[in-house]
Amino acid sequence: MTVTEAIREVASRPRVGTWPLLTRQVYVYRRSWTELVAAVLEPLMYLLTMGVGLGKLVGHAPGLSHVSYAAYVAPGLLAMAVMNAATAETIFGAFDRIKQAKLYDVVIATPMSIAEIVRAELWWATARGVLAGTGFLAAMAAFGLVHSVMSLLIVPASALVALAFAAAGLIAASYVRDWDDFQYVQLVMLPMFLFATTFYPLSVYPRGVQLLVECLPLFHSINLIREPALGAIGGDTVVAVAYLVAMTALCWWFAVRRMTRVLVR
Amino acid sequence: MQGDTASQAATLGVAGERPSTGPLVEARKLTKVHPARGGAAALVAVDGIDFRLERGEAFGFLGPNGAGKSSTMRMIACVSPPTSGTLRMLGMDAATDGSAIRARIGVVPQDDSLDAALTVRENLLVYGRYFGLSRATVRERSDKLLDFARLEDKADQRVETLSGGMRRRLTIARSLINDPELLLLDEPTTGLDPQARHVLWERLFQLKSQGVTLILTTHYMDEAEQLCDRLVIMDGGRIVAEGSPRSLIDAHVTREVLELRFADADREKATDVVLALAPGPVCQRVDVLPDRLLVYADDGDDALAVVNAAGLEPLTALVRRASLEDVFLTLTGRSLVE
Amino acid sequence: MTELSLAPPLREFAAEWLKYRRTWRGSIVIGLVNPLLFLTGIGIIGKLIDSSATGPLGGVSYLTWLAPGLMAASAMQMGFGSGGFGAFRAAAPGGGYRAASATPMSPTDILLGSLLFVTFRLSLLSAGFLLVQALLGAAPTWWAVLTVPAAALTGLAFAAPMAAWGIATKRFSTMQTVFRFVVQPLYLLSGTFFPLSTVPAWLQKVAYASPLWHGVELCRDINLGRLTFAAGAIHGGFLIAMVIAGVLFARVTYRRKLHE
Repeated sequence: MTVTEAIREVASRPRVGTWPLLTRQVYVYRRSWTELVAAVLEPLMYLLTMGVGLGKLVGHAPGLSHVSYAAYVAPGLLAMAVMNAATAETIFGAFDRIKQAKLYDVVIATPMSIAEIVRAELWWATARGVLAGTGFLAAMAAFGLVHSVMSLLIVPASALVALAFAAAGLIAASYVRDWDDFQYVQLVMLPMFLFATTFYPLSVYPRGVQLLVECLPLFHSINLIREPALGAIGGDTVVAVAYLVAMTALCWWFAVRRMTRVLVR
Repeated sequence: MQGDTASQAATLGVAGERPSTGPLVEARKLTKVHPARGGAAALVAVDGIDFRLERGEAFGFLGPNGAGKSSTMRMIACVSPPTSGTLRMLGMDAATDGSAIRARIGVVPQDDSLDAALTVRENLLVYGRYFGLSRATVRERSDKLLDFARLEDKADQRVETLSGGMRRRLTIARSLINDPELLLLDEPTTGLDPQARHVLWERLFQLKSQGVTLILTTHYMDEAEQLCDRLVIMDGGRIVAEGSPRSLIDAHVTREVLELRFADADREKATDVVLALAPGPVCQRVDVLPDRLLVYADDGDDALAVVNAAGLEPLTALVRRASLEDVFLTLTGRSLVE
Repeated sequence: MTELSLAPPLREFAAEWLKYRRTWRGSIVIGLVNPLLFLTGIGIIGKLIDSSATGPLGGVSYLTWLAPGLMAASAMQMGFGSGGFGAFRAAAPGGGYRAASATPMSPTDILLGSLLFVTFRLSLLSAGFLLVQALLGAAPTWWAVLTVPAAALTGLAFAAPMAAWGIATKRFSTMQTVFRFVVQPLYLLSGTFFPLSTVPAWLQKVAYASPLWHGVELCRDINLGRLTFAAGAIHGGFLIAMVIAGVLFARVTYRRKLHE
């Protein structure tokens, strides 16, 4: 048996499932009220600023004369909120669990496998993402920005967006060495937030930049949420689902490898 | 070695209590090499060691920091795949059946690694779930273990409020949640005050009398002498000696040791004189330490008489029984605790 | 030997400078890239606004209107971080304050030295921001240079009270909660991104109590070269009062924490 085989053995072998770790997370979070409050307050603040405040300055959505700017921006902000919730859990939270609290050094000494640890991380982060997405959807309704029943599709869409970003985030967490490295994480997230058509359509860019933006996962996530929100599901949704499913599969597979490398010495 | 193991198990009288199918743990040419990573050169942490232990034994790995004890323990805990060699545990191969083996062992890591986000009781409840145990089983065992660890009145407090001794007792209680057949303890009493150590030893004796097999690492001689039926001494990733504490002392050092200290002005001259006394009819060997001389003799008082007869007047002279510390010094030429 | 000749607060400054030297490259890059991203990203929204809206910005391009406000808001975030989290970390076991408080330096020396260092970093950050802002054509007059001290003052108005509180706080998570529920709302709703004239009157009054609003107004008026004496006195006075109150309060909490 080679070392790689041995590592693979320690890494896989599903047995206990994800419930034990999810139970642990529930124990930890049931003492913290901030997450629930934030899930409602933060979207309200963002909608107030970007939708109403900026919206009054901009008027209607560029190129879409029947859509108010607030209605255009809200789905983009929602996608960002889902991305932030999921990655906060798998980048910041998982970094803490892997390297600061060393939770997983303890867990791998039990029958739980690394594949199960990764799965539990991803389910939990997805749940956080869906909570953020649903909270945001409620805030949009409060601002009168929900017009179609199709908007309910935003909930499952949030789950897919959260899962894809959670898996990518876990990979990032495995590379982070200390808290200072988080500024580089910010360096990736911020431009995505600003340029992935959150605030204005792809058409404002020259073709070269458009191609670049079309590679960004947040661009597809925003499409996946904006189309049902505006009540018009089309080809972009199909592309977005394909993109995010592929991203999830690839990142998930690599996250298990990375976690194995970090945890098995 | 084989006979030694058998007789040890026989005197304990536990070998027959559980059905025994061969050794509980058997390592052959077990090796761990940490590959070179980020500027650090490759490190041979464990260098082809062999050992075996039977059910009911208390087995110790003794050695200074960096001897390879913790790497060996991590391999036995099935969290670190061996680079080469074989490791069979509970009738299974550690390299392929890690998960099944982990289900049947308990681990007490060196740093407590308790879950700081949870309360004392939640630590037990959650840890038990990692073994796939049912909620009801975990609940029932947690109550018993809180009692065992004497932490009932701390049950609903956060672990950060516990003292060092309490944390270690909780870690041991946690490691017992799956009713393990084999318990691994890495430096169980390092960093504890003497009183907390004794409470902990008492709990470990209790487990041993219940038939739990213990494997522990330590760099405390007294701990090894107290807890271990049999031990191996490790140095530089290899096993340099193996046996019961008593048999190791008998085999490698004299019955007693005379410790001499001299005034700074006399030290150099006195050292030469004492060195000239061994090997002799009374003094068998002398070790020179920075602050004192150790004279190995079967009768320490006789040795002191010889020293006095040579015209030396030590500041202090102490006759004591030889310990594992002396064994280690003799075998490696180095002191165990720097 | 040179260190002995320094005034005590400068010694604390020097100690923090030594630590900063290890990470300055990264923070300079971030300090320039962040404003570049923000200003280009939001600048595109600005084009949409400039081509459609009329009135609320008084004929000024959105980018020129926004940039100084964003500078003040960034300074607030850094002030909160270096002041609050900084004091929390430095006072924790292994932090810099533990060592410093065992020397003849008084807690007040340590406090002033730390705040001096925060001021230095705030000025550096704001200068980097201004550089990017000027390159993008959003600094119309030379008056813009004065937005650097104005933004630093805004940051300091948060750093001093936050240091007072941060050193006495037990849990890191409490500070994160405050950042989330106090600093982020201020960031979004202090007239940084849109003129307050567009929101309901009651919300405007709430914003007037926000120190960031005063910082944003101060920087914006300076950048546009339209600062009146009265406005400068009110905004500047408010911020200076925050700094003074923070320092007085922090003197007490520093002494309590470092010389128990």
